[in-house]
Amino acid sequence: MVKYLIVGNSAAAVGAVESIRQVDKDGRIVIVSNEPHPLYSRPLITYLLAGQIDESKMSYGDPMFYRRYNVEEVLGKEVVAIHPQDKNVVLSDGTTLPYQKLLLATGGRPIFPPVEGKDLAGVFTFTTLDDAKKVGEFIERNRVGSAVVVGGGLIGLKTAEALIARGIKVIIVELTDRVLSATFDRRASEIVEMALQGRGCELMTKNTVSRVIGKERVEKVVLQDGTEVNCQLVIFAIGVTPNTELAKRAGIDVRKGILVGDHMRTNLPDIYAAGDVVEAYDMVMSTNRQIAIWPNAYVQGNIAGFNMAGKAEKYDGSFAMNSVEICDVPTISIGLTDPQEKGYEVLERYDEAQKAYKKIVLKDDVIVGAIFVNKIDRAGVFTGLIKNRVNVRLFKDALLRDDFGLVWLPEKFRKHMVVGEGIEV
Amino acid sequence: MKKIRIREQYCMGCRLCEIYCAVQHSKSKDLVKAYRGEYPKPVPRILVEEKEYLSFAIQCRHCEDAPCISACMTGAMRRDPESGAVLCDEEKCVGCWMCIMVCPFGVIGRGREKKIISKCDLCLGEEEPACVKNCPNEALVLEEE
Repeated sequence: MVKYLIVGNSAAAVGAVESIRQVDKDGRIVIVSNEPHPLYSRPLITYLLAGQIDESKMSYGDPMFYRRYNVEEVLGKEVVAIHPQDKNVVLSDGTTLPYQKLLLATGGRPIFPPVEGKDLAGVFTFTTLDDAKKVGEFIERNRVGSAVVVGGGLIGLKTAEALIARGIKVIIVELTDRVLSATFDRRASEIVEMALQGRGCELMTKNTVSRVIGKERVEKVVLQDGTEVNCQLVIFAIGVTPNTELAKRAGIDVRKGILVGDHMRTNLPDIYAAGDVVEAYDMVMSTNRQIAIWPNAYVQGNIAGFNMAGKAEKYDGSFAMNSVEICDVPTISIGLTDPQEKGYEVLERYDEAQKAYKKIVLKDDVIVGAIFVNKIDRAGVFTGLIKNRVNVRLFKDALLRDDFGLVWLPEKFRKHMVVGEGIEV
Repeated sequence: MKKIRIREQYCMGCRLCEIYCAVQHSKSKDLVKAYRGEYPKPVPRILVEEKEYLSFAIQCRHCEDAPCISACMTGAMRRDPESGAVLCDEEKCVGCWMCIMVCPFGVIGRGREKKIISKCDLCLGEEEPACVKNCPNEALVLEEE
């Protein structure tokens, strides 16, 4: 009898396994994944493409990770139906797997726009290990000299960086007027753009690919404004959409993502959901929404796992945050970084020589967002202040200092952090 | 598990803990050799915060509910089952700095030599962490929790 069935095999699944095993040492855990590979770290695929690591280093943690937790992986199979009344799922090979508790951690898939020529050899999306391998093989087989990356978001830029590392000339085509427009402000975007251009990368903004042309393989792309760009490889990285179809068919409430309550439960009994596929509470925006980032997926999976194993735990919510290094420029963005509405206060400091940028966004003396470029040390202190909604009125002047730290916090809070245990405020 | 307790009322801000931490994590583990002969110079994994009369040294708190473990996308950051310490597997770390982003204490740093993080490892294997051992005023003490 499968006690815990997990659909999906990334951050949320890992988080769930770890909490389930804290409560239940031997209840049978089965993970079903449509990928043929045992647990691996998805964000590492750009590192693999860049040649920074080899495939043996792709596993999440050490390869014994699931063995230690006594987890069974069913690989290369899709869950095609959930029968909530009978409490079982049907796999793509026709087998039925009964469950006591089900976790949907189906994540997202890349959006592939219906562009003419998208089925030509040499057109890819880039989110899985198989994608990384296919792109790597294609590059070697076809001696790719130049590539177009469509989308200047996180995946697009990390992919571009990897291609540059392989000696490929990269052209990034981005629909908005700058890269990382969803998480950065203009200045931060500019610093990253300069770093990319410094490596020979070309940027074409306010534009997108409308057609891919080639006989069998990609030869060039035509952009929205008519410009033609010769290339042998096209990567679409314009965004990810949650895999909610399975849940929808089973009668689970779905908006953009699967809707979950504080305990990561869906509207159906014994069915939980976590990770990129859900809409969960955003503490900064005070609303439920999708924030597809690793730490949230892990924590949500962890909370779901506790509840599945019978230990009531609540998800407090989170907020958007990203740490990404592009062409040796480390950056961290947290929460609301570029508010357009009135009522926000912005503190910022830019050191032109070092290209070091620090920006703090406040609302009513509470920090709601921050950006760090090039100097990212201790950025987490600000994450803590946002999370704990600390009123910073009395030490606002110190926030931009290089040596800003816990010593500036109000005495009571500081003592709690420094002298006491500190974390569970 | 054993944890390092910070006693800010005894800290003098002498920063000896930083020096001894750096030496302990240097190649030679010798003060003179580490500072004279090693490049890049050894970096402490503890830091002293100071403001007017107040100072304290702070290093990884080895949190029970550690956000750095949740945020680590490679699984490099793990809890050592024996000691309970939060340790980073330097073979797995790729320097994505997600842990730096989430650590509310700001005690995870970037390594200087390679793209990996640098943090307190409680000097496991030693009798006592170097910072505790060399604090002249017991502002850092090792206590069983």
